[in-house]
Amino acid sequence: MRLLWHQLRYEQLVFWRSREAAVFVFLFPVLLFALLTAVYSGTIQGRPAPWGLLAGMLGYGTANTAFAGLAILLVNRRELGILKRIRATPLPTATYLTAVLISIMIVFALQAVALFVLGHLLKSTPWPGHLISLVLTLALGGAAFAGLGLAITGFIRSVEGSSAVLNLIVLPLAFLSGSFGTTNHYPRVLKAVGDVLPLKYLLDAVNAVYLHGRQLWDEPTAVAVLAGWGVLGIVVAVRKFRWEPT
Amino acid sequence: MSAIQVRDLRKSYGEHEALRGITFQINEGEVFGLLGPNGAGKTTTVEILEGYRKRDAGEVSVLGFDPAEASTQFRERVGVVLQQSQLFSTLTVAETHSLFAGYYEHPRDVDDVIALVGLTDKSDARVKTLSGGQKRRLDLGIALVGDPDLIFLDEPTTGFDPAARRAAWEMIRSLRSLGKTILLTTHYLDEAEQLADRLAVLRDGQIISEGTPSDLIGSSNETEVRYLRDGREVVVRTTEPTRLLHELTQEALAEGRELEGLSVRRPTLEDVYLLLTGDES
Repeated sequence: MRLLWHQLRYEQLVFWRSREAAVFVFLFPVLLFALLTAVYSGTIQGRPAPWGLLAGMLGYGTANTAFAGLAILLVNRRELGILKRIRATPLPTATYLTAVLISIMIVFALQAVALFVLGHLLKSTPWPGHLISLVLTLALGGAAFAGLGLAITGFIRSVEGSSAVLNLIVLPLAFLSGSFGTTNHYPRVLKAVGDVLPLKYLLDAVNAVYLHGRQLWDEPTAVAVLAGWGVLGIVVAVRKFRWEPT
Repeated sequence: MSAIQVRDLRKSYGEHEALRGITFQINEGEVFGLLGPNGAGKTTTVEILEGYRKRDAGEVSVLGFDPAEASTQFRERVGVVLQQSQLFSTLTVAETHSLFAGYYEHPRDVDDVIALVGLTDKSDARVKTLSGGQKRRLDLGIALVGDPDLIFLDEPTTGFDPAARRAAWEMIRSLRSLGKTILLTTHYLDEAEQLADRLAVLRDGQIISEGTPSDLIGSSNETEVRYLRDGREVVVRTTEPTRLLHELTQEALAEGRELEGLSVRRPTLEDVYLLLTGDES
């Protein structure tokens, strides 16, 4: 516990001191939300557009933080030899990875709060009705995407490539899954692609809870698909995760 | 007491045999130098002893532990300076030391360690503002902060300017005087000669020579004699320097001329090393 707390404090210090990470991981979805609400009008899923966009940005933020942000951070540390160096200390690797995961979840939690506050101030979006359900939904989504984030580090060979590769995955993923507005009018092929990816199911769950007043446990399909992707991520990560530079 | 015992250690990467059965031991409180050209197996050896790689065969004991198990108790007592590794560029020198100190049961005082590696006036500087030599000293500092009994230094001064190397040598000597056991790899001969109590020379995954620096030099019994003859330098290597010099001086005296440019030189560690490793480059 003492070690976990020690590592977590330094994880937070390192994260917020690194301007690139703080801007790209924390601020970017918040800025995007501010821009989208300024240009979108009308309704999404029968609710005012800013409500739907807020839900969409929570989903995009999950993928951007727990998946891309985590993977970039770990590839960076692996290639610099930091992961290898830490393995030579008595710090257990499980404690280390737990601290890294909790740290990135803290960043995401703060981002979610920032989105709600900004939405409320700019467009009077409502506060979440079922707070516990919403927290559980985002925690499940965060865990699933973090599992996938651990897995993808095994396929990225350089620091230079990591941010490009991950944005190439996350931005189309968010677009196809409906983070930036409804996908009802998308061509059937694009919709079919979106239907197998995990972000759509996270967004289904967030929409159900935030826009339609339902509970997470009313959405078993979304829960099952997200959990399945998360488990797949962990299985791949166990086989592919590397501690030493490429 | 021996800090490290290695017997018939073997390791292959695919077809390539990196270590072909090496045996050596390092006593407690000793500075042991592992020398050899690139690709000889130095880093493979050190990384097996550090617990990073699994051996294929052989016996290894490090402070009584099998490093392949890499237990927490083992990690508590071992300090590591990797050949290449970086640290968080946005943390300060003091924060980096505190971060690593937090991993150990009984760390040394952070300020003392920073002073020992000569970074006191950089204590509050961010890591990214340090020079290459200062970063290497930071690597050494975080290797020492857990107060280890045994320290692995994998090419600790590569890329240093001469002044920084001298400073690093002083630091390594001061560690020795604290009673630490040190395993040092290097391809600088003068470094090994200056620091190591004993040396082993690796080539192609085998130890081809082992002993104190003076043993190694003594193992070659050739003496090099140079002089000028008609303005051209003549170099003769001989196992009988007395006879050769007698003949040369006799001849010169008889002809009533001076033996210009005469020098008689015992081989240096470098000569012996080049002879052993067959590396003329």
